[in-house]
Amino acid sequence: MIKVFNLIGKLSLSTFENLGKITLFFFMSFFWLFKKPFYFKQFLSQFLDIAFYSLPVVGLTTFFSGMVLALQTFSGFDNFNDESTISKIVLTSILRELGPVLAGLMVCGRVGAKMAAEIATMRVSNQIDALETLSTRPMQFLISTRLLASIIAVPFLVLVGNIIGVFGGFIVATFKLDLNPILYMISTIENFNSIDLIQGLIKALVFGIIISIISCYFGFNASGGAEGVGRATTISVVTASTLILTSTYFITALFI
Amino acid sequence: MKTKNLIDVKNLSVSFGNNIILNKINLHLSKKESLVIIGKSGSGKSVLLKCLMGLLKPNLGSIKIDGVDIVNTNRMDKENALKNIGVTFQNGALFDSLTVWENITFKETRFFGFDKKAAKEKALSIIQNLELDKNILELYPPELSGGMQKRVAIARAICDQPQVLFFDEPTSGLDPITGKIINDLIHKTVKKLGVSAITITHDISSIDNLASRVILLDNSKIAWSGKPNEMSKSKNNIVMQFLINK
Repeated sequence: MIKVFNLIGKLSLSTFENLGKITLFFFMSFFWLFKKPFYFKQFLSQFLDIAFYSLPVVGLTTFFSGMVLALQTFSGFDNFNDESTISKIVLTSILRELGPVLAGLMVCGRVGAKMAAEIATMRVSNQIDALETLSTRPMQFLISTRLLASIIAVPFLVLVGNIIGVFGGFIVATFKLDLNPILYMISTIENFNSIDLIQGLIKALVFGIIISIISCYFGFNASGGAEGVGRATTISVVTASTLILTSTYFITALFI
Repeated sequence: MKTKNLIDVKNLSVSFGNNIILNKINLHLSKKESLVIIGKSGSGKSVLLKCLMGLLKPNLGSIKIDGVDIVNTNRMDKENALKNIGVTFQNGALFDSLTVWENITFKETRFFGFDKKAAKEKALSIIQNLELDKNILELYPPELSGGMQKRVAIARAICDQPQVLFFDEPTSGLDPITGKIINDLIHKTVKKLGVSAITITHDISSIDNLASRVILLDNSKIAWSGKPNEMSKSKNNIVMQFLINK
């Protein structure tokens, strides 16, 4: 019994310790954003990596989600299968929840894993130490640039993903369910609520912070060669994904 | 006021928990001196070098670089003092995502406004002195052999014309022939540039080539210090044991 309590105690302590360290890590990287020099080239390459190269996977995911949503709504609510109902459900679900969460999870898997592995490799091969000896602050050069790139790129991806997702619903509604395309479009525009969009973008912003900070934190503190890099990558993806799904609930609760 | 020693270490102590890594280390490095620090694995050589590079804060003691105590000063002064130091890491620690010339001129392009052409020219002039071919400039570090990576790391360390060079295990991971070539190259570079150097190594053959003074670390302390030719004549038990094991 004592062993169980001991284990719970250790686990709680390590969780809170990590939570504190991650919070401090976030504030430090945020602080260095406002200090000179600003590594624009580094920021741009990170931004392109997140925003541009993640676009296909985010687009594909949200496109099929919009399609599935239209189909499920049609079959699940067979008494209300008119243009207005389907378009409203597709639009609201995509804007509020599916767009940001799916984009967040996709970016987390693609970019978060890459960030963690890249920085962890730099750590275990002394490249981060080398940066310091070359008068470059690793926190500013590696972490702050990634944080800023994620904060801008993830909402951008969500915005584009939302449009593609809604378009996916439109395709299924008109070509498979034989709904009137003009009526569907009009009702989509009528049902558009800017609060839904803002809610989704706030989520995207928070997910951007979660993905970059969690990935960079575990990468930055990696140790133990190739195994350490693997461990850092796995734990960062699992933690960031879990936090994305947890935080979406709390942000939604704030808006209701 | 500036001291005549470039580096002055006083009572440096480092411990991780109850494990004492360095215990009251005192050492100095004067101008144009080449100091080699040897010792078996776990003797604290790398920790000592990390402290000297400002990457690890010791529990006690002071490290003065050109008169500035980097342990007990503010971040700006510490960064300024460390600008005079060039470092070659054990595995090279070259940036994988940058080409050879970008690695060499990393500091110049970021802080001194070198454009691409000027940076490439500077990198070229340096690598030619290190007996490297100009064709490697556009290659990435993983495309180079171990010996080439070490040379590029040396090129990066000397690019900014530092006053002091640190070499962490320069021959590790290399075959004896390449190791000797690298040792010769370090010796030649240090002499040519007229800089001071600290080399951390467990490779006894490096001593004759590189050292004007040797320090043997053992059990967290300096066990012996002297000229390279005095080492083999020493009656110190730890020195004899170290030489026999090597």
